[in-house]
Amino acid sequence: MNKLVVKERIARVAMYLSIAAVILLVGSIIWTVFKRGARSLTWEMVSSLPGGGFYIGKSGGFLNAIVGSLYIVLASTAIGLIISIPVVFFLNVYLKSKSRLAYVARLAFDVLFGIPSIVYGAFAFTLMIYFGLRTSLLGGILVETLLIIPILIRSMDEVAKNFPRDLLEASFSLGATRWETMGVVMRQIAPGIATATLLSVGRSIGDAAGVMFTAGFSDTIPTSLSQQTATLPLSIFFQLSAPQAEVQNRAYAAAVVLTIIVLVISLLGRFITNRFSKHKLR
Amino acid sequence: MSNLRIIKDRTASGAMRTVTIVALAFVLVMGWGLYRKSAPILSEIPLWDLLTDSTWQPFKNKFGFFPFVMGTIWVTLIAVVIALPLSLFTAVFLTEYARRWVKKCVYPALDILASLPSVIYGVWGTLVIVPWISDWLAPHFVSFSSGYTTLAAGIVLSIMILPLLVSLFVELFSSVGNDLRDSSYALGATRWQTAQSVVLRKSMPGVFASVVLAVSRALGETIAVLMVCGNMAAVPHSVFDACYPIPALIANNYGEMLSLPMYESALMFAALLLFVVVLVFNLASRLVLRKIERK
Amino acid sequence: MRKLILRKIFANDSNEPFVPDAKFKHPDVAPELTVDHFNLSIEGSPILKDVSVTIPANKITCIVGPSGCGKSTLLKSLNRLSDTIEGVRTSGDIRIGDKSIVNCSASDLVELRRRIGLVPQRPTPLPMSIFGNIAYGCKIHGVSSRRELRKIVRHYLKVVGLWDEVKDRLTSPATKLSIGQQQRLCLARSLAVEPEFILADEATSALDPVSSKIVEDLFVKLKEQYSIVMVTHTLRQALRIADYVIFIYMGEVIEVGDAQQVFKNPKHELTQKYLSGTIS
Repeated sequence: MNKLVVKERIARVAMYLSIAAVILLVGSIIWTVFKRGARSLTWEMVSSLPGGGFYIGKSGGFLNAIVGSLYIVLASTAIGLIISIPVVFFLNVYLKSKSRLAYVARLAFDVLFGIPSIVYGAFAFTLMIYFGLRTSLLGGILVETLLIIPILIRSMDEVAKNFPRDLLEASFSLGATRWETMGVVMRQIAPGIATATLLSVGRSIGDAAGVMFTAGFSDTIPTSLSQQTATLPLSIFFQLSAPQAEVQNRAYAAAVVLTIIVLVISLLGRFITNRFSKHKLR
Repeated sequence: MSNLRIIKDRTASGAMRTVTIVALAFVLVMGWGLYRKSAPILSEIPLWDLLTDSTWQPFKNKFGFFPFVMGTIWVTLIAVVIALPLSLFTAVFLTEYARRWVKKCVYPALDILASLPSVIYGVWGTLVIVPWISDWLAPHFVSFSSGYTTLAAGIVLSIMILPLLVSLFVELFSSVGNDLRDSSYALGATRWQTAQSVVLRKSMPGVFASVVLAVSRALGETIAVLMVCGNMAAVPHSVFDACYPIPALIANNYGEMLSLPMYESALMFAALLLFVVVLVFNLASRLVLRKIERK
Repeated sequence: MRKLILRKIFANDSNEPFVPDAKFKHPDVAPELTVDHFNLSIEGSPILKDVSVTIPANKITCIVGPSGCGKSTLLKSLNRLSDTIEGVRTSGDIRIGDKSIVNCSASDLVELRRRIGLVPQRPTPLPMSIFGNIAYGCKIHGVSSRRELRKIVRHYLKVVGLWDEVKDRLTSPATKLSIGQQQRLCLARSLAVEPEFILADEATSALDPVSSKIVEDLFVKLKEQYSIVMVTHTLRQALRIADYVIFIYMGEVIEVGDAQQVFKNPKHELTQKYLSGTIS
């Protein structure tokens, strides 16, 4: 009996330590990033473009990267949603749950979800060469769209799977076609769509490996789809590899900005899941 | 009137089916594209030599991937060794022990871990883990280490796969029926005994599949690893040596590779390698997890 | 703001008598529903075996029988919601008037489903406002004028006696209503597209006794204009309101007839046993 109690104690201690480690790690990461970056973060950095001699420590900011990232994220999320909502609808309303196509499709999206962004980047890069495209904003948007579609589909599908069949029947029994039932389904899974969107925004704004090949880098804000564009993660990465302390400081400042954006998105996600379910049944 | 409605319904059905199938076909297109691009190097150097040769001199047409393969394996292994116990204990605690307020603290923390971008982990790694290794840990074992090491990459990576593992485990453990737990308690088992002999044992295949899934995630992680691993094209002999995993190789050389067709092909082969391994791991683990879920 | 406007508009509406949209006009002679040698199996196991019944117009027909005997499946087959069941196979025919429900084109099907309304077992308010719920079906069938929709919503809410309870909060989510109110809302929603038949699948089983009574009384009132088919698990309910009874046992129709006759003088031994409570 004693031995059991000892074992239970040891296990408990190990678990407390693990939990503590998790909390501590989160704290450490955020604290480190903020502490290191906050002291060099100025308004100028987030509001101006790189000036002359930016990369040897002269004046300027990384507005180009912030705007570039926003362009890519907004465009790819919009395109991603346009493609993935119909797919989710199709899988859940048009196909029966034991349909083979639905099974294979879900598996494929699971697999696509697991493919690393560097592979997406490399593939998109070869694709762009094939079509004669240069590294550009368009390329960045393209690769991020490909990257987030599986995320969108998977997380919306998770919600749509639990869609009450009764509601479908109620709509059908009024004489609605499946397509006309889309509105009902969309309203019901609206919180799911919102969280999926935030999830993919978070993922694509932080992704560096994919855009590295495809979006390139530039010191200005792109004015057309065919121009190269900077992105926040890459700007952090490049500036950090510079030898000058001033440039590195800017990287840390940019890291703070990126972290804040991601944290806000993650908080918003929790808030929306709680708030958005106004019309939801059950 | 109602004919038009049916036509709309049918058109939508066709369009959506097409989109779904195109998205499906994308996996194949991706593999095929990468294969096409890496065909030149595969036709010149046999696959086995590519994987086991350790000279990497692109400008002399020597492409030995062995250091990169080993680098990837080492880093991934370290990451799993650290993350597995940590996530198992965390998940058991969350499902079997934790009160509500504890969960309310831990889940958001895990959410944040999952949502932080790779590059932030890289920044944290260079600021915290790298100095910690070079100034504190490494001197106990070796005479000098820059801190940019296999170990640093492994540690950073372990934290990145932690939230994935915990969420998979939590899902697995909570799918174990309460009646099983109750009958274990009824026999006088302690909580830990129950967790160990009922919950863990019952979810063993799932735990295994989850680890495989996490490994496939770890294999492809690029920027964070690249920032702390040291990037030396040599097989690491200890955890305090620098290493050079495959994703880092691809990311670091994307600019210059265009000058040499064979170099480009080599990097695309690296991407193909990653793609195939990740695909196989993913497919296997997802199939197992699905089977469990269905029960 | 929107709420206010709505209230105002409703206040301004005069009390002219309600006339349904021309699209929704009932035929002059109310049709019967005919089930003709209908078989249904799910993944190979037969659920309904050679069912042949005729459901009379303007009456309350109760389908009774022990649980799991195929009552609900039969009801769902009547407007072909059985299509959505996994692995379903059917043979035989079901007709409304002389139109086949089983073999009809997709465009006929949506029209047929409009003509056969459904009140589900548990209320299923669509994820919209109270107003939106009732307007939904009409919008689908092409009624688009706001004025018309407002009239329809008001009329049917009055029919089910919900108007006074909800007239001040038509824009609030339907899910905020009580279960009993939700069920009446669902009834109003199906009435709004002017069906000729109303199918009710144990429509009162999820309700409290008071709401249950209200819905029951509604059905009795509605049978003047609609033909009602209900599945019920409580014999007492069937005794109270049924005009016509179909007794099903193990997927087969055992006895059919006027409520008086079936309940007072059951011909079949199984029916007697069921009525006396030996089988349930």
